[in-house]
Amino acid sequence: MNGARVEFRGLRRRFGSTVALDGLDLTVEPGELLALLGPSGCGKTTALRCLAGFEQPDEGEILVDGADITRVPANRRDAGMVFQSYSLFPNLNARDNVGFGLRVRKVPAAKRHARAQELLELVGLPSVGDRYPHQLSGGQQQRVALARALALEPRVLLLDEPLSALDAKVRVTLREEIRRLQLSLGITTIFVTHDQEEALSMADRVAVLRAGRLEQVADPATLYDRPATPFVAEFVGAMNHLPGVLSGDRVTVLGQTLPVEGQPPASAEADVLVRPEAVLVTPDAEGGGIVMVSSFRGSTTRLRIRLGDGTEVLADVPGHDSARFAPGTAVRVGLVERPVLVSARTETGATPAVPEPDVV
Amino acid sequence: MASLTPQVTTQVSPGTAPRRGGRPRRPRVWRGVVLVLAAVYFLVPLIASFVFTVKVPDGGFSLDAYGQIFAAEGFGTSLLLSLGLGIATIVLVLLLTLPAAVAVRLGAPRLRPVLEVVCTLPLVVPPITFVAGISMVLRWGPDYLASTPFYQTIISLQNPDFPVVLVLAYVVLALPFVYRSLDAGLGAIDVRTLSEAARNLGASWPHVLLRVIIPNMRSAMASASFLTLALVLGEFTIARLLSFQTFPVWIYTISGSQAQVSVAVSVFSLLITWLLLLALSSAGARQRSGS
Repeated sequence: MNGARVEFRGLRRRFGSTVALDGLDLTVEPGELLALLGPSGCGKTTALRCLAGFEQPDEGEILVDGADITRVPANRRDAGMVFQSYSLFPNLNARDNVGFGLRVRKVPAAKRHARAQELLELVGLPSVGDRYPHQLSGGQQQRVALARALALEPRVLLLDEPLSALDAKVRVTLREEIRRLQLSLGITTIFVTHDQEEALSMADRVAVLRAGRLEQVADPATLYDRPATPFVAEFVGAMNHLPGVLSGDRVTVLGQTLPVEGQPPASAEADVLVRPEAVLVTPDAEGGGIVMVSSFRGSTTRLRIRLGDGTEVLADVPGHDSARFAPGTAVRVGLVERPVLVSARTETGATPAVPEPDVV
Repeated sequence: MASLTPQVTTQVSPGTAPRRGGRPRRPRVWRGVVLVLAAVYFLVPLIASFVFTVKVPDGGFSLDAYGQIFAAEGFGTSLLLSLGLGIATIVLVLLLTLPAAVAVRLGAPRLRPVLEVVCTLPLVVPPITFVAGISMVLRWGPDYLASTPFYQTIISLQNPDFPVVLVLAYVVLALPFVYRSLDAGLGAIDVRTLSEAARNLGASWPHVLLRVIIPNMRSAMASASFLTLALVLGEFTIARLLSFQTFPVWIYTISGSQAQVSVAVSVFSLLITWLLLLALSSAGARQRSGS
C-alpha cells in the first residue's frame, strides 16, 4: 500500500471570532478516499490546509503514519495538493509545471522530462507538454495540476474542490478519472467538496462537517440511508420529516404502519424520516393530496405535495411521469414498505418538509 | 427621397445597413482629431528644439551642435554617473519593494493600505524639503567625530565619483511608482495560490520568490525599472543642491555657455530615454507572448 494513515487529533483553529475547527477528530485509513463534505464555512478547507501546512492549528495535532507533522513547514510535507482555482505556474509549460517539484529536488532535466511525460500520459494528456496554461482548457489545467501533485509520489493526496470551477460534464468525467487513478495508485486521498453528489459517488467514506465539528463519518450508503443527525439527513440528499405515532417497534405514518429502523425514541410522537424517492405517488381524485410544485430534472421529477392536514411532502417520480403530475393534480401518497428512521419530534405540530438544498 | 432608397434596397437588414456605414466613421474622425492635437502638443516643442539646434545664423543647416556634445567636457562622465545611479537605484528599490509587497500580500493583507500610504508619501513631500533634510543630516556630524566610522560613512556617502546618498534619495523618490507597478503586477497573478502550490512541491521561500513570483512579474518589474530610470535620468533638484555633476545638472551647467549644445543634449537625452523605453517594453512584451 502506498498510502499513509492520516490522523487529525483535537484540531482547533479560530480566525478572529469565527471558529473554523472546533476539536476535529478524524482518522483516514491508508489508501482510502475520504471526502470532507459540508456547507461553506464548516472548516473542511481549513482542515485540509492544516494538513498541507498552510495553516497552523491553534490546538491539536496532525499525524501522518503516527509521526506528528503539525509544526513541519509546508515544503517538507509529503502531501501533494490540487487547488480549487487554477494554480499552474503561468510562465511554465505543462511539462515544466509537472516537473517543478522534481526540479526543486534537483533531478536532472532528462529524467525530469521523462517522468513528466509519464505523468501527463497517466492523466490522459500525452500531447500537451509544450503548451502553456493559458492554452489549456479548465479541465486540462486541473489534470495537469493533478499530474504535478502526483509527480513527487506523495503518500497523501489533497484535493481542495478541484472540480468546482469546471463544466458539469467535465466534472463528472474528471471525478471518475480521479477515482480510477486513486484506486490504481492506492494513495490516501482527502477530497474537500460541498457537492454531496461528488462526495457520495467518489468516496470510500464521507465525513460531514458542521461548524468545525464532525457530524458523521461513514460510507456513502450508510450516510444516505442512516444519517446520524438531522443535519446530515438534511445536508445529504433531501429528507421528509413526517409526523408519526410509535407503538413498540412499529410506527404509524400517513395511515401506514412500518417497522422502525434502529432504536426508536422514547416518546410516542415522533418524526419519521423518509427520502423523496421512498414516497409513492398515484393520481387519485380522492387521494387527499394536491401537487403544489413540480420541478423536472430529466431522469426524475420532484413534486411538492400538500396533504389534507397541511403537511408538505417531497416525492421523486420518474421523469417521464411528470405530465401526469402537473401542479394542481389530486394524488394519493404512500410510502415504500420498508423499515424507516425515526427521530424525536424536533418541533411541535406538523413539520414542514425540508427545503431542497440542491435547487437554486 | 434619396436617403430612403438604400433602406428599401437592403431589405434583409432594414435600418442597420445605413448605420453600419455611418457609425464607425464619426469616432474615426474624432480619433484623428485627438491624435493630431496630442501630436501637436508633444511634437511642436521637440521640432522647435531640433530646429534651434541645427540652425546656423546665416540660414544654413548644420549638425555641429550634436557633434560638440560628445566633445564637450563632462558629457561622458555625467551620463555614465546618471546611468550608474539609475541602475543602482533600480536594484535597490526592487530588492526593497518586491519582497515587502509580496510579504504584505501573503502575510498581512491588512497592512496593505499602510504600505500604500507610506510608499505614496514621497509624492507629497516637495523635493526641496527633502533635500534640505538630507543636507541637514549630512552636515550633522561635529568635527571632533572626524575619525569615527560614522563620520567616514557620511563622507563616503558623498563621494562625488559615485554619490551613494543620491541612490538613497532616488530610492525614496521612486517608491510610489515602483510600488504601484509591482502592486498591479501582483494583482494580476494569484500570488497566494501560486506560492502555496510551489511550497507544496517542496520549494523554499527564496525559491518561490525567484522561480515562481519574479518570472511572472517580469513586465511589472520592467515598467517599474523604466519609471525609475526615467526619474533618475531627469532628476535635477536634489543633485544640483547637493552639488553632484549628474547628467541633468551637466546640461544645466553647459546651457550657460553653449545654448545650442545644451538643447542638442536635451534632444539627445530624450532619444536615449525613448530607446531605453523601447528596449524595456519589448522585453516585457516578449515575456507576455512567451507565457
